[in-house]
Amino acid sequence: MDYTDQNAPPGGPYRWGMAVDLDRCTGCEACVVACHAENNIRISSEEEAAQGRQVNWIRIERYWEGDYPEVRLKFMPVFCQHCGSAPCEPVCPVYASYHTPDGLNAQVYNRCIGVRYCGNNCPYSVRYFNWFEPHWEEPLNAQLNPDVTVRSVGVMEKCTFCVQRIRKAQQTAQREGRRVQDGEITPACVQSCPSDALVFGDRNDPKSRVAQMMKSDRGSKLLGSLGTEPAVTYLKKEK
Amino acid sequence: MEARKEYFSSSRLDGENETWKQIPQINNDLLAPLHQFSGKYWALIAFLSLVVAAGAAAWIYQIETGIGQTHLHLPIYWGIYIASFVYWIGVSHSGTFISGVLRLSHAEWRRPITRISELMTLFSIVVAALFIFIHLGRVWRFYYLIPYPNQREIWPNFRSPLMWDATAIFTYAVSSTIYLYLPLIPDFALARDRMSGWRRPLYGLLSVGWSGTQIQWRWLLMAVRIVSILIVLVMVSVHSIVGFDFAVALVPGWHSTVMAPYFVVGAVHSGVAMVAVGLYLARRYNRLDRYIGLEHFDKLGKIMIAITLSWGYLYFVDRLVTWYGKTPEEMEVIDSLFYGQYASVQWFMVFCNFIYPIVALSVPSYRTWPLGMMLVGLIINIGMYLERIMIIVPGLGHPRLHYAWTRYFPSWVELTILSASFAFFALIYLLAAKFVPLISIWEEKEGRIHGAK
Repeated sequence: MDYTDQNAPPGGPYRWGMAVDLDRCTGCEACVVACHAENNIRISSEEEAAQGRQVNWIRIERYWEGDYPEVRLKFMPVFCQHCGSAPCEPVCPVYASYHTPDGLNAQVYNRCIGVRYCGNNCPYSVRYFNWFEPHWEEPLNAQLNPDVTVRSVGVMEKCTFCVQRIRKAQQTAQREGRRVQDGEITPACVQSCPSDALVFGDRNDPKSRVAQMMKSDRGSKLLGSLGTEPAVTYLKKEK
Repeated sequence: MEARKEYFSSSRLDGENETWKQIPQINNDLLAPLHQFSGKYWALIAFLSLVVAAGAAAWIYQIETGIGQTHLHLPIYWGIYIASFVYWIGVSHSGTFISGVLRLSHAEWRRPITRISELMTLFSIVVAALFIFIHLGRVWRFYYLIPYPNQREIWPNFRSPLMWDATAIFTYAVSSTIYLYLPLIPDFALARDRMSGWRRPLYGLLSVGWSGTQIQWRWLLMAVRIVSILIVLVMVSVHSIVGFDFAVALVPGWHSTVMAPYFVVGAVHSGVAMVAVGLYLARRYNRLDRYIGLEHFDKLGKIMIAITLSWGYLYFVDRLVTWYGKTPEEMEVIDSLFYGQYASVQWFMVFCNFIYPIVALSVPSYRTWPLGMMLVGLIINIGMYLERIMIIVPGLGHPRLHYAWTRYFPSWVELTILSASFAFFALIYLLAAKFVPLISIWEEKEGRIHGAK
């Protein structure tokens, strides 16, 4: 992409990415809870959940592997893959879904008019829609994160890689005239993962942990055959 | 002058004289429905208005509370609003196909059918366009779709098929209005000369000073011919673009190159079927038996056979290619359609769209049974509506990650708005039938005179 940014970090742009070690994931869903708390995700009622309208920017999909009696339970955290060639982006008629220069797949809430084409076209089904005006019951309304927009009715939302934390670290680094260090940014899910299954970092920095993990021979992309070039690598030992 | 007088009064041309004598009769017959208002008519108008009001109330309720009043949920983000949009765009192919193609091919029997189908075209586009707005999550921000200059230099995304759609629909609406209006000018002039009361100045305005001179006729016929060609091109492109909405998406069952021609033929299928319904109703309730004959139903039936066969072929191709490709995610959709949860709807749809029309219309005596032709028209339209849903929902309900599999049934808000859309179409059609002659008077006269030669 031809793009010059006077605030560009020394040593070229960032390219954020995540690695998910499925062999470490225990399916505890701490990431799900942390994400809810960090990102002002609305809390679905029982009825909404029954309608399939619960919102989890990161969700744990549960799969069974093998045949009885040798079945193994497998968990897979699925969230926005921040595709390099994202199917949701070209279909948005108003550019509400767009790509940032540092490789994030961003959603502009106040531009979104709710045609929901992006949600249809996302092969990972990780774009969530605000069917109604969100509300939080007492005392949950008092714990909303001031750094994150509360999305209104009729707009699409999804995982941002905790863009508020990324921007904060970027601005700090920029003031100090350096690049963001590896490990300086931890999205809420990464921060809360007790088994260290989630790793976040700059894919353009070859020494970063995430770049190292992406080179692993256990690594693969989710639905990689679609050519969406996800920024997330899943690591899993082949049997 | 003498020679002309002699020409017209000579006994040798008695046959032709007879034709000329029919002209006032035709004028009277075809203008008559414009000032006959029965109690039944007003009762029907009142009933339809009530249904439309219910739909409008449901829509307002949906805007007030949120689009969640639908039963849409992840990952089925499109439901019957989009199905209705595609369906109504399909119905709009009635006028352009029947009238445009038949005008271009100089089919004589088109004359009493053209106006009926052109009105359908315009009104169904209006209904279809409404569904774009009904479907939006934040309809109060619809103007983001319009490329207007703004300080922040944000432009709509013309890579999105929805922008192609918006452009195509707008073009189609404008061009079909022109296409409806041009052949109406001589009829408006006739109405201006013969009607009294408040409508007279309105017809005067609409007939833009038509006086029927040779030059005016030449210009009009040339304009109609040019617009006929253009409208047929627009017709093909519009529904191709609606097909692209699905074809360019990654959703299993949508991602297919056959979508564009399949959508065009499907649209023509439902459109022509709707003309059969309209033809029957116009004939039955406006006493137009002398103008809309059994011959017209017969010819329409033959066209419908050809369209049914094309539709069946494209449907078969679509399924065959998927089946031959055996991509797992596509096969999951196919399985759910053929013997899974959607099988009953799917096979009923095939019966409505293919089996019943083919069997019934192949019998010559069926084609000259007007009520039967209306029935086949209704059945095809039910089938085509279900087909739209069967394209949209099963594909969305079977995403590649099985964890998200789900199903969908519309809510009462969606169903109310859906019924209101049909009522709205019928309502504006009925109102227009009292303002616009349902049969093109000048074309009918032209046919009688030239046909008598």
